[in-house]
Amino acid sequence: MSDQKYPKPLPTPSPEAQRFWEGTKKHELWIPYCRSCEKSYWYPRDFCPQCGGRDVEWRRSGGKGRVHTFAIHYRAFHPGWTDEVPYVTALIDLDDGVRIFSNLVEVEADPKAIRCEMPVEVVFEDVTDEITLAKFRPASA
Amino acid sequence: MTPDREKAGWLKRIAIVGADESDEIGMVPHKGVLQHHSEAALNALDDAGLSLADVDGLFTAGAGFAATLQVAEYLGIQPRYTDSTSVGGSSFVMHVEHAAAAISAGLIDVALITHGETGYSNRFRKVSRAAMDPWFPAAQFEMPYHVGGPPGTYALACMRHMHQYGTTHEQLAEIAVATRKWAMLNPKALMRDPLTIDDVLSSRWITYPFHLLDCCLVTDAGGAIVLTSVERAKDCKKKPVWVLGSGEAHTHWTLANMPDLTTTPASISGPRAFEMAGVRHDEIDVVEVYDSFTYTALVTLEALGFCKPGEGGAFVSGQRTAPGGDFPLNTNGGGLSYTHPGMYGMFLLIEAIRQLRGECGERQVADAKLACVNGTGGALSSTGTLILGVD
Repeated sequence: MSDQKYPKPLPTPSPEAQRFWEGTKKHELWIPYCRSCEKSYWYPRDFCPQCGGRDVEWRRSGGKGRVHTFAIHYRAFHPGWTDEVPYVTALIDLDDGVRIFSNLVEVEADPKAIRCEMPVEVVFEDVTDEITLAKFRPASA
Repeated sequence: MTPDREKAGWLKRIAIVGADESDEIGMVPHKGVLQHHSEAALNALDDAGLSLADVDGLFTAGAGFAATLQVAEYLGIQPRYTDSTSVGGSSFVMHVEHAAAAISAGLIDVALITHGETGYSNRFRKVSRAAMDPWFPAAQFEMPYHVGGPPGTYALACMRHMHQYGTTHEQLAEIAVATRKWAMLNPKALMRDPLTIDDVLSSRWITYPFHLLDCCLVTDAGGAIVLTSVERAKDCKKKPVWVLGSGEAHTHWTLANMPDLTTTPASISGPRAFEMAGVRHDEIDVVEVYDSFTYTALVTLEALGFCKPGEGGAFVSGQRTAPGGDFPLNTNGGGLSYTHPGMYGMFLLIEAIRQLRGECGERQVADAKLACVNGTGGALSSTGTLILGVD
């Protein structure tokens, strides 16, 4: 897929988030982890926002979690999304202990089809040669 | 109840002496942002019996980069105290605490807080927001999934509240309908046609769980208020409105980092303001809280402690917050039906001040002596709470 064909806003990986974006490109989900707190945190930083410590590392996530909450969008604020409505945003509670924002895909954009606490799993969307987005779909049984 | 100013600690020397909107509010395509600031400033100073020459501290937000520099120059003043705290719609409520602190410390005598935005007309003038640094977290971890503006973030919070507590669309609609009833009593309100719960529930979806009529207006408007010391207030035109308690708090920027989706930082700023004022919730006569969405008002009542977490839906049912109900809320018609230019907090202040002065005509709450104001900004990120009162 070429950059020119993707009409939506693209992320620009920052230095402290390189590992995350390298991971998604390989269809792997990597989350920052504090060795002092023994807890993951989100989003990527070179220190732990829970304790201020710098003894942090990256850990690979299993990519499974639950929908903490969701919203169904019937209008687009960016022309690149116009053809996507209705689309679904969600906060996902990963089993690794962090909450991240993403889209729910491969599900009907209907409140009857989605519920909070619904199990989900990561799915990778290669949107350009350089960028792959981590999105979520209902977990397979 | 007549407030006891001696309980209010360092705030006991602070009076609000002027308040007003800009000359025209609503849909005002022939006026710019700084005109709204200046009209409101002149009107509020006139209301106080003061002039621009008396102002030595300026507080504002939302007038582009370095907002106080732009507004001060436009007004032709050279303040010796400046505060452009800009944390969304709560900013102007927080400015009151900041101004009170500056007056209490003896740094200034007269503080002017101004607001002006042309949220409605901007769409015809191609006014764009400043671009975000692409390395910022929101640009990397929110934007690629299309947050969908304020309806998108507030919808996520509301959905969790509905899941956790069983809050319903009908309960949210109660707020839209009650607020419209207040707007029908306010000649300055933009939306004054009668509204029913069915009207709200049958309006189109914007972002589920919000219908169109769960969402605030987008208007053009300005507002300003003037604060000074107790001593200086004696020379002003109208009776002073006392700042009895205040609190401010912010908890996050990106919604993934919000500690609890089902409350707001008003659970921090609210108790502080009540404690400082030394008043109880059942002593408050009138409540003005940010209603960017029906849900914002509902969850704020819980966060401030007017009811328990999860009980907001039941609390607002039966048109309790409407004219004639026992809990007068958003008595100007709110951001939902009166005006909402983008950062609405200033208008909460103006209405609370007018209610306490007894200036509200048909919509006047009888014997209003104590008011609670709560501004909310960002993605339920920041709040400023004030307890205001009159003798």
